[in-house]
Amino acid sequence: MRILFSALTMACLTFGAQAQEKVITIASTTSTQDSGLFNHLLPAFKAKTGIDVKVIAQGTGQALDTARRGDADVVFVHAKSAEEKFLAEGFGVKRFDVMYNDFVLVGAASDPAGIKGSRDIVASLKAVHAKTAPFVSRGDKSGTHVAELALWKEAGLDPAAAKADWYKEIGQGMGAALNTAKAMGAYVLSDRGTWISFKGKDDLIIAVEGDTKLFNQYGVMLVNPAKHPHVKADLGQAFVDYVISAEGQKVIADYKIEGQQLFFPNAGK
Amino acid sequence: MMEGSGALDLVLSGDPALYAIVRLSLVVSLSAVALAALIGVPLGGLIALTRFPGRAGVIVLLNAFMGLPPVVVGLAAFLLLSRSGPLGSWGLLFTPTAMVIAQAALITPIIAALTRQSVEDLWSEYRDELNAMGVGPLNRLLTLLYDARIALVTVLLAGFGRAAAEVGAVMIVGGNINGFTRVMTTAIALETSKGDLALAMGLGFILIAIVFAINASAWALRYYAERRIG
Amino acid sequence: MSDLPLTFAKVSYAVGATPILRDVDLVVRAGAPTFIIGPNGSGKSTLLRLAMGLIAPTSGAIDWNGSRDPAPRRRAIVFQHPVLLRRSVAANLIYALDQAGVEKSKQDRRCTQLLDLVGLIDLASRPARRLSGGERQKLAFARALARSPELLILDEPTASLDPSATLALEQLIAKAARDGIKILIASHDLGQVRRLAGEIVFLHRGRVLESAAMKDFFEQPRTAQASAFLRGDLISEE
Ligand SMILES: Nc1ncnc2c1ncn2[C@@H]1O[C@H](COP(=O)(O)OP(=O)(O)OP(=O)(O)O)[C@@H](O)[C@H]1O
Ligand SMILES: [Mg+2]
Repeated sequence: MRILFSALTMACLTFGAQAQEKVITIASTTSTQDSGLFNHLLPAFKAKTGIDVKVIAQGTGQALDTARRGDADVVFVHAKSAEEKFLAEGFGVKRFDVMYNDFVLVGAASDPAGIKGSRDIVASLKAVHAKTAPFVSRGDKSGTHVAELALWKEAGLDPAAAKADWYKEIGQGMGAALNTAKAMGAYVLSDRGTWISFKGKDDLIIAVEGDTKLFNQYGVMLVNPAKHPHVKADLGQAFVDYVISAEGQKVIADYKIEGQQLFFPNAGK
Repeated sequence: MMEGSGALDLVLSGDPALYAIVRLSLVVSLSAVALAALIGVPLGGLIALTRFPGRAGVIVLLNAFMGLPPVVVGLAAFLLLSRSGPLGSWGLLFTPTAMVIAQAALITPIIAALTRQSVEDLWSEYRDELNAMGVGPLNRLLTLLYDARIALVTVLLAGFGRAAAEVGAVMIVGGNINGFTRVMTTAIALETSKGDLALAMGLGFILIAIVFAINASAWALRYYAERRIG
Repeated sequence: MSDLPLTFAKVSYAVGATPILRDVDLVVRAGAPTFIIGPNGSGKSTLLRLAMGLIAPTSGAIDWNGSRDPAPRRRAIVFQHPVLLRRSVAANLIYALDQAGVEKSKQDRRCTQLLDLVGLIDLASRPARRLSGGERQKLAFARALARSPELLILDEPTASLDPSATLALEQLIAKAARDGIKILIASHDLGQVRRLAGEIVFLHRGRVLESAAMKDFFEQPRTAQASAFLRGDLISEE
């Protein structure tokens, strides 16, 4: 019993100490985290400002909800319309463009819809539909999911509502969606960052890329201290200022995996 | 097996980040066991030794709560601890403390229910002797808890195993924050989602090895204690 | 405060509709050991549990020197199958001494005395649950003495012991009786009854059929059931 008790005390001390330091919480997306950008960006930010950042990686919708509840100081996500709604509700102070990356349509090398090499995402989705080729959707209200739904809409299709059996909504993160697509030989829309750093590609390939409709804009917002007084406005603003500064933008541009740049800074553009 | 060699490399590399994750897993789950024991052991003992209306219902409920789904417990803890929740001002969400609370909530019913069973069994054996010695209610509880100590170690282990292995609750209330709330199970979930199955499997092996080591040492302790105190 | 005399007045005990003891009248006074004898299932253990205050009569009344409070004061019991705590031999005794209100500073000395008395001093640090049957009975006996009882209740203490262990325990009982402790004991062993008894209470099917001095009971039993029991015959049904 005494041992247990001292373990408890120790735990409390450990956690208590953390609260005193300069630290903010950012609600962000799985794609930003899984791509490894934060591991590259946050140490540079910490070196400059001394501020520690705790990242909660969720789908964009969930990340915005986390911020709405006041459980984060900053949101860093990629679904412009949802972000604007968040701002309009008064939960954010101001939104800044930070960078973009692009989506790619990934599929099995066997390419059952015959779309490999296309640069037209809308036509390709129509082909997937016509061939009823398997397609995995994130189905988790993430930025990627929102973008995917917008593309189907543009193609004049709504497989989710039609409950088509070739269309699988898995309700999980990007990595899980890629794993599922690999296992099912299905197509899946992925952000390029996660795709490049994804370790288990096997026979998955990029089927469609390069369409301007596949560009994916990231924005950053300070959670409104008027709504949630405990928000660390100064420290959070320091992060916002940093990622849109020339220095932060360069750090983002410098992040490469296997020689490929993942994110293209475009703040203040 | 490719995954196996990945696991081995990982253990042998002694990576400090990995060490921190393992350490946090242990600290969180052991703290949760300690907290749950502080509540569950006396509670189980009390239920074993008292008679009150609705007692049978409480016992059924407690036994049912042994199978609480971690995500549901996590969600309830999340709603309580979120800034918009009733305990939001404590600022505990996405901290290891929140993870301890959620895991403790998950395993308190397990510890209480198993303690009740052990104490009640022992009480039926000891009742006449203790009554004949005129042992009062509080002393009775302490005597039974002490004499059930070997069984209680097993009870705490069951709680620890459940706490250390669950991912749903800590993911929701901890947020899987790198270097702060990332534990073995959430790291496994993350690496799986990143497609790094070898690393996920390696972490899984370490987790199993830890749970195994703790169970083995508890078993040895129990074996030794049983030979000593019967 | 004293626990003697112990008085049973028209005591009956039933479990559900099954009567186990019927209209027992009995007075246990200080003096030589009182033996409860009777065939298996006649109600001896039940009577002793009532005498200890562990169960309450269904009807009738029991009092200890006029008090009806069943909390044990100056009495102790050794059960037919004693249960020892999961601790060392010495710790079992210390526990009983503590419960009996013996001052902490005197517990160790008293514990050593008792262990010495029952011949378990070399086993003091052994786990009690690992003792042999005979050692177990001796420890239970020492544990009962730890309460410094005035009334010591023993339920077939030698039933499963070999002759030498039986003899050792009988000597302990005789010494306790000489030291002024009233012994109330159930036994099957007629030799033991002859060696130790002052009075005899003969139970048959839950009723006290005879209550007499030891000599009188053996020389001229007044009921057919008692005579049959003494002859070792099967007792006829009713
Ligand atoms: N709680 C109980 N429920 C049902 N029957 C009981 C209970 N307690 C005792 N009995 C019955 O009452 C009778 C007397 O039991 P008791 O143990 O007092 O007998 P005994 O004279 O001590 O026998 P033995 O010589 O075998 O020890 C037995 O038939 C027993 O089965
Ligand atoms: Mg009996």
